[in-house]
Amino acid sequence: MDKRDDGKPPASHDGSSRGLSRRDFIKVTGAVVPAGVLVGERLLHAEAAAAADVVGPGAVPITLRINGTSHRLSVEPRVTLLDALRDRLAITGAKKVCDRATCGACTVLVDSKAIYACSMLAIDAQGRDIVTIEGLAPEGELHPVSAAFVDHDAQQCGFCTPGFVVATAAFLHRHPDPTYEEVKAGLGGNLCRCGTYVGLRQAALDAAQRMKGGLA
Amino acid sequence: MADYQWPQADDRSLIGKRISRLDGPIKSSGRATYTYDVQRPGLLFGKLVLSPHAHARIVSIDTSSAERMPGVQAVDVIRDAGQEVLWVGQEILAVAAETDEQARDAARAVKITYEKLPHLVSDVEPAQAGDRAEEEAEQVTGDPDAGFREADATIEGRYGSSVITHCCLESHGQVAEWEGDNLTVWASTQNVTGLVGQYAEGLQIPAGNVRIITPMMGGGFGSKFQADTWGLSCARLSKQAGRPVKMMLERDQELLVAGARPSIHARVRAGAKRDGTLTAWSSQAWGTGGITSRGSVNLPYIFQIPNRRSSYVRVSTNIGPARAWRAPRHPQMCLITMAALEDLAAELGMDALDFFLKNVGIMGARAQTYRQELLKGAELMEWKKKWHPRGDQTSGPNKRGLGLALHTWGGGGHQSNCNCTIHPDGSVEVSLASQDLGTGTRTVIAIVAAETFGLPLDAVKVNIGDSRYPPSGPSGGSTTVGGVSSSTRRAATSALNELLAKVAPSLGVEPGQLEAVDGRIQVIGDSSKSIAWKQACAKLGTTPITASGRRSRDLISSGVGGIQMAEVSVDIETGVVKMEKMVAVQDCGLVIDVKTAESQVHGACIMGVTYALYEEKLMDEATGLCLNPDMEFYKLAGIGDIGEIEVHMMTGPGYDDRGVIGLGEPPVISPGAAISNAVANAIGVRVPTLPLTPEKVLAALEKKGGAA
Repeated sequence: MDKRDDGKPPASHDGSSRGLSRRDFIKVTGAVVPAGVLVGERLLHAEAAAAADVVGPGAVPITLRINGTSHRLSVEPRVTLLDALRDRLAITGAKKVCDRATCGACTVLVDSKAIYACSMLAIDAQGRDIVTIEGLAPEGELHPVSAAFVDHDAQQCGFCTPGFVVATAAFLHRHPDPTYEEVKAGLGGNLCRCGTYVGLRQAALDAAQRMKGGLA
Repeated sequence: MADYQWPQADDRSLIGKRISRLDGPIKSSGRATYTYDVQRPGLLFGKLVLSPHAHARIVSIDTSSAERMPGVQAVDVIRDAGQEVLWVGQEILAVAAETDEQARDAARAVKITYEKLPHLVSDVEPAQAGDRAEEEAEQVTGDPDAGFREADATIEGRYGSSVITHCCLESHGQVAEWEGDNLTVWASTQNVTGLVGQYAEGLQIPAGNVRIITPMMGGGFGSKFQADTWGLSCARLSKQAGRPVKMMLERDQELLVAGARPSIHARVRAGAKRDGTLTAWSSQAWGTGGITSRGSVNLPYIFQIPNRRSSYVRVSTNIGPARAWRAPRHPQMCLITMAALEDLAAELGMDALDFFLKNVGIMGARAQTYRQELLKGAELMEWKKKWHPRGDQTSGPNKRGLGLALHTWGGGGHQSNCNCTIHPDGSVEVSLASQDLGTGTRTVIAIVAAETFGLPLDAVKVNIGDSRYPPSGPSGGSTTVGGVSSSTRRAATSALNELLAKVAPSLGVEPGQLEAVDGRIQVIGDSSKSIAWKQACAKLGTTPITASGRRSRDLISSGVGGIQMAEVSVDIETGVVKMEKMVAVQDCGLVIDVKTAESQVHGACIMGVTYALYEEKLMDEATGLCLNPDMEFYKLAGIGDIGEIEVHMMTGPGYDDRGVIGLGEPPVISPGAAISNAVANAIGVRVPTLPLTPEKVLAALEKKGGAA
């Protein structure tokens, strides 16, 4: 299937080729890798921190900045960002489905980049700007992507929908004027079981137009 | 008095239009609450311990270390020492702890020893199944031997579909909470009303003490009708701990035990005259749906070939148990029949479309619908322009082909009771204990009520998903829309008639001379003699009107026909099949919401592409294990795997006047067969079984000698 095992260079979750890709990210920091192992510019910092201050296995206090609000909580280092959001903070828009970086139902933005919250540890999300589906628009209002999903019926049971909306918003942020084919490739990191892809593709293209019109 | 019959086409303001689903905004903004999302004070997390063996006897269970683990609050043994487990994943016990992580640790700390017993997990032919094979009586109609003598051409082939799973994105599970002797269960279910009795019986408590709530539902597809072992265990854990417990299946558990569609395979012989007239059919079918599976296999599908013989052997295997999967057994029977008949058309050198049209006369009650649909589909697919005989002879590795299939389904309406309330302030509520699986049930109910009252859609509040509302049946077999639309129409019409009786004196007419349109009550056809809806309702004083309605058979119908055509491309170097285009032409009586109806058909086609090309529950005979209980290797189609889909709903005279018929099952039946036929047309050889993986495509090509 196109989105996996296609032999192409890894694309990031939101279809960009810049920075750390989703697959590299998962390879390096997958949930089984001990806390503190990070990549890129954070590596040295993390190593230094690890040497000085080994955390866990018991609960540790952390602070997460989610949708513009700081939340203090206490979690074991093995707790994923997804479980911290859902089980500790009752922020349940991101869904738990595959729990291993395949389906995208848990997609959130971390520093404006779409990531699988099931495959990032909560302690590693500290100091970063986390935006969940709830943070895309104030309650009672619809983000242009959400509105396009409604108009094109890009949802049935709706369990994959929040992940798809966040992934679409991130994709459009980097590809403000995508072609149909780019939408098909760029949203390949999420899966739907009811079969809403026809509406989804229309919704993504339509949302791009709405956001160009200054609605975002 | 207002009449409850469906309004004529010209009088419909909402029914039959394109209306966005009502719960769209809360779903697409992440604010819809599913069972998995339910938060309760003091909530504990439950975790199941499952059998790691396909067949074994439990020798001992030691939960003592688990009970001492941090955070553990309750342990519930489901299957005790001495009992057998019959598949990998069969439930043995459950634990509840303060956090999900602690519950997982505790589950791992349980010590269970087993005595392994012989298993069979492979999808084998009856001859290899020994005493696991159970034969059903052969069915014979006409004189099959004479039918084959009459035939100018016969084919023999082997066709089949593998075991697949439901893979609901919201896994099975629930939150259970007790208040004294009363139990509330938030459940991800297709059967809100029915679960009350199941919990009551399973826990030996009065049904009146059980309340089931299903706020939103993350997919069921036929797998969520039961309280299930884990539901009852969750309630017991909660009772034991004195706190609410959430226990949702993990993804591997969901794929192992929470639903599978049986395999069905067959060896087929079919014969026809030179002009395409079918004369004879013979099939020996077999398949497995786990230890036991219900339901029979009736072949051939739809085509009532005058001389036919069919048999079926059920093979018992140690895999997770079968559950109803959208249109149980129809997709598999459709594949076997349509593939064999397409092979026969190819043998005769006929275009499959012409061959099917030639045999419309034996397609039963919906024959003329099929004829119209085949012609419409051919137009939308540009069939005659694109079709070529078997084997795309153009150069290059990419071969294109066309295939078609037809399907049928019942429908009707499940038992449904509805209460409709008009409040003195003019607001309207409709309450019934149905559930919205994502099909648009909530929206359909609102459309019917708003249409009846002549009000805008947002004037109606729909209350569903709670067993405290009037009982409705399970959402299975495409029966929901018929049940809820007719009960809502009857309840709303009765409530309206009470209101008309209150208002009539003030307008100086009889109630029978009044109608509700455009937000007012008026003398029929005369808007000058009217009263606004709100003012009319104010005449109720302080007492609302509540009227009830039940499923009404004269508003609904059963029995639909649909056809689908697929265009595929196949890379004969890699074996990769791509769905390029599908056309779906579907009859389902009176369509209440065209938008969500089309979504159902789109979704069914996509689910069909998925089982046609990717899905298979892979079992390993040596270990008895399932090899792909996850979403990396249990593959679902992604957004880029789906080509163009064109949907045409058969509506208007001859269709609308049948009344409402459900749509969940019919369009998911044909895709596998249509795609299999398209691949055969593209590459010139039949790939015998679904899914049509690259490996199987290349094997079929190799057998044939390489080229298409």
